[in-house]
Amino acid sequence: MSQHAAEAPVSSTAERAAVVSQPGNAPDSKWVIVTRGIQRHYDMGGEIVRALRGVDIAIARNEYVAIMGPSGSGKSTLMNVIGCLDTPTSGEYWLNGTLVSEMSDDELARIRNKEIGFVFQTFNLLPRATALHNVELPLVYAGIGADERRKRAKEALERVQLDGRMDHRPNELSGGQRQRVAIARALVNRPSILLADEPTGNLDSATSEEIMKVFEELATSGQTVIMVTHEPDIAAHARRVVVLRDGLVATDDRREAFTERIGM
Amino acid sequence: MPFYEAIRLAFAQIRVQKLKSFFTLLGVMIGVMFLIAVVSIVSGMGNYMKDELVGKLIALNSFELRQRPNLNIGDVNEAERRSWRTRPRIYEYDIPPVVAALAPGTLAAEYSSNNVSAESQYGTPRRVNAYGVSDQYFTIKRMDVALGRLPSPTEYALGSSVVVIGKDVQDHFFPNLDPLGRQIKLAGMPYTIIGVAETQGSAFGMSFDGFVVAPARSPIRRQLNPHGVVDALIVQSPTEAGINDNEERVREVMRARHQLHPEQKDDFTMETSDSALAFWKKIQGYLVLAGIALPAIGLVVGAIVIMNIMLVAVAERTREIGIRKALGARRRDILRQFLVESTTLATLGAAIGVAMGFGFAKIISALSPLPAAVELWSVLLGVSVGAGVGIIAGVYPASRAALLDPIAALRQE
Repeated sequence: MSQHAAEAPVSSTAERAAVVSQPGNAPDSKWVIVTRGIQRHYDMGGEIVRALRGVDIAIARNEYVAIMGPSGSGKSTLMNVIGCLDTPTSGEYWLNGTLVSEMSDDELARIRNKEIGFVFQTFNLLPRATALHNVELPLVYAGIGADERRKRAKEALERVQLDGRMDHRPNELSGGQRQRVAIARALVNRPSILLADEPTGNLDSATSEEIMKVFEELATSGQTVIMVTHEPDIAAHARRVVVLRDGLVATDDRREAFTERIGM
Repeated sequence: MPFYEAIRLAFAQIRVQKLKSFFTLLGVMIGVMFLIAVVSIVSGMGNYMKDELVGKLIALNSFELRQRPNLNIGDVNEAERRSWRTRPRIYEYDIPPVVAALAPGTLAAEYSSNNVSAESQYGTPRRVNAYGVSDQYFTIKRMDVALGRLPSPTEYALGSSVVVIGKDVQDHFFPNLDPLGRQIKLAGMPYTIIGVAETQGSAFGMSFDGFVVAPARSPIRRQLNPHGVVDALIVQSPTEAGINDNEERVREVMRARHQLHPEQKDDFTMETSDSALAFWKKIQGYLVLAGIALPAIGLVVGAIVIMNIMLVAVAERTREIGIRKALGARRRDILRQFLVESTTLATLGAAIGVAMGFGFAKIISALSPLPAAVELWSVLLGVSVGAGVGIIAGVYPASRAALLDPIAALRQE
């Protein structure tokens, strides 16, 4: 585990508690994400599974947050809700001051395109497209013209130091390179949040460190990063760690407090 | 995702899976190929009937005054056919009064024909189609000689034993010889050959060139005009508009000569190319319908094939669809992507089918008497049909793709 200097947190516990307990009020522009009492239930053939039982989270701009939890804690479900892939059964989800939890499928698609940058454990690149075209994909759905697209995709690839491999296909790239392409793709539309789901799960430890460095650089340069993981090692790279258990927030503190608590 | 992007994507997809794409569009390709071939052949037949067959048999802007219709391509019942045989014939003495009544500028020629035996020194005896004609015949039929000359006005007037022969007759009776000036015996009577006619071509495998043409009043009259009967009088009006006028004039004269009461129908026929073609037009419609059954089956099969292959494609590419949705593709983007893919595939197949259909039709017309015409509108028809099949076949798979839940889709594989 690398040494990070202790920094002043972007948001305090008190502020967060305040903003999540004002149902109906649009949060001010400091907050990228505010969830109030998010519940998500599934009906599995008669039995009701409660994946989320009332999650209150507030994440400010430029925060680097890890959402941790064992399997079954609801972290994947929370990630899907935050990522606008799923709609909560009840509760409010405010993204950049807009109430997203009641939007239609088409509106959610638009939000995903513009505000969310996904990075997946299994990379999820189009196998038959070049790295450049993969990175261009969000811009295609944003309606950006071909020339502008190419330019912005190239810039994104430069940011992750992969501009030399633009015309390679995923099967011609190493795992670390593929994930960088995925990160470039996630950044290309300048999203509000970078949402990473176990981004190092399919990488060896050396490559994992490389990728975590990339996220660190992005966080330092001002990008809001949310990382979902079940590994404490990885979670400790973030500056704030939210731990979920059984569909609720168990703990939510700064990195230092987290590592101390679990005895790392 | 705008359309041109979707089309580019569709072509990229086709390029990646060339063999699979080929099999997908096979059904549409074959269906359209047969469609184009049928349309080409039927429309070629139509043109042929109009211009070549009937147009050659009945000259431009003309009608023939006859006892009864000649071109039996009509659906006539037996009773009517029997009634024709009881009609009075047209006689040589009917001709002058009829001709006198025609509008100025109208051409008219009598002709009668029969099979007669022909003999020469150089070929085995054979029967030929002999025509006895009056002097404007060649003009009306736009027939000229390739060798020699046409009969002169004097020869017509005197009924001289001169004859113009067709190419087949020359080939058989005077092989490798110059026939001009030589003698040919028609029904035992010697005729001098003064000309060889241009080749008239053939229709449905039957050659038109086995004929001889002589002045009507020449000795062969005994074979062609027994009792002074004339087969027909061709009347060629100067314009299309003049046809009706001349028909009326002829009708008036003939009805008077046959002493018909006003309520009695004509007991003679004035045969125009339209009436000859009327029946063809009727069966053309049925032919097209029947001929479309085969391609229709091909197209239905093609549609089913496309739909099934697209369903498989959607299933195989579920993860890809999930990725696209996660990145911001709306339902209609996914729908458009797959619909454009199936339509592009089908239209490509149709385009190839059109090309193959024309090739097929050309082969058929080269190897058989059936003609084939390349019609531009059938290209549009083929391509539109292809596109239509692509859209119909692709709707169900594309909507399944569009409705996929992205979370579940991302979990696939």
